[in-house]
Amino acid sequence: MNVTIVDYNSGNISSVINSFREVAKDKVNLAVTSDLNKIKSSDKLVLPGQGSFKSCIDALTKIDGLTDALNEFVMINKKTLLGICVGLQMFADMGYEETETKGLGWISGKVSKIDNQNGKYKLPHIGWNQINIVKDSKIFRNIENNSHMYFVHSYEFIPEDKNMILATTDYSSNIVCSVEKENIFGTQFHPEKSDKAGLKIIDNFINL
Amino acid sequence: MLKNRIIPCLDVKNGRVVKGINFVDLKDAGDPVEQAKIYSDGGADEICFLDITASNENRNIIYDVVRKTSKKCFVPLTVGGGIRSVEDINRLLNCGADKVSINTAAVENSKVVIDSSKKFGSQCIVVAIDAKRNGDKWEVFTHGGRNNSSIDALEYAKQMEENGAGELLVTSMDRDGTQVGYDIDLMSNISSKVNIPVIASGGVGNLDHLVDGIQLGKASAVLAASIFHFGKYSLKEAKEYLDSKGIPVRI
Repeated sequence: MNVTIVDYNSGNISSVINSFREVAKDKVNLAVTSDLNKIKSSDKLVLPGQGSFKSCIDALTKIDGLTDALNEFVMINKKTLLGICVGLQMFADMGYEETETKGLGWISGKVSKIDNQNGKYKLPHIGWNQINIVKDSKIFRNIENNSHMYFVHSYEFIPEDKNMILATTDYSSNIVCSVEKENIFGTQFHPEKSDKAGLKIIDNFINL
Repeated sequence: MLKNRIIPCLDVKNGRVVKGINFVDLKDAGDPVEQAKIYSDGGADEICFLDITASNENRNIIYDVVRKTSKKCFVPLTVGGGIRSVEDINRLLNCGADKVSINTAAVENSKVVIDSSKKFGSQCIVVAIDAKRNGDKWEVFTHGGRNNSSIDALEYAKQMEENGAGELLVTSMDRDGTQVGYDIDLMSNISSKVNIPVIASGGVGNLDHLVDGIQLGKASAVLAASIFHFGKYSLKEAKEYLDSKGIPVRI
């Protein structure tokens, strides 16, 4: 099996690469590339994302044909993709970080700033928080409910269809921290930095 | 609920740990990679390397240390010390650091924080503030505490938040190395002034100091070096103690 981490200059992805290498070992062929042919022929994709919603969308569109290739991979060929952090946020129709920016539109909804309740909650939401798994998913196989995951973000994805939500985390309100729609998976937290539980999620994704 | 973090810090010089863990049977007690792995397995919420290498020709060693550590530790890794430019930050991140901590360069050239937070995102930019009390205020020091910039630490903290810092690592120079506890006034003043998380540092001698840093100093995370290195307490003991005091921790 070929698993490809999409390298579109979205910031620092070395931790994502290291964690997938650790889990994948010799079981799968792991590639890190922006090459469209390799992306198209891959069995699974990982879409990381750091920085702002806008900067990630800008970086995607800067690579000719990448957005089309991703759309084809996910929406037409229905192959499996995992979005991490802003990688997940970009599934939305629209993001409101920096300026209003159109997302990939794979899961209807918007990305807006976490309500910090007039400074009561510090932003970014940085650190370890527990996830409340609200729906069974293969991606959470052997992951205990209330496991700790590592978060770094100031914006949250609010999907229109609440059935897409796999897990939430409590910070100011119940923030959506994992979604699934058919072949599309996403985590707002960083499995690559979430110790053993995070590596298990990566393992689950590889074994889907 | 978001947990308060405990961050062990390792001082690294010429690629070797200076004040290392000396209570476990290590093959190589000076190897930062091995020590970081022990902390990560022991439940560290994050690992911090402070590179105190003085000579320029040995400055490159830290990149190799970071590269090796990031292949073995799957918790966040913060690296500080000697970072001068956006290019230095880029290199550290490419080697596998998750965050960088910027001290002197942030004082001397505000563009470093502004540009790097735009380029890489605020989440990976930590501004380290070394502060020393002067009368009823605190002043920011640079160059490992040697130079007084005379800048007011509270104003500076606010400015760094505006410049794009994602977190502030606040060290009390009056308390650093004394083991009498954090400068609680400094921590709570800065924490109230900004809306980004504050990591308290400098002065930890026992587990009550960690509790005070969070409960009184309002810090989101506590950083400590010697209490863990010398085996006085394990990370597990520290977390269980904080938990017993009602502080949310990852156990």
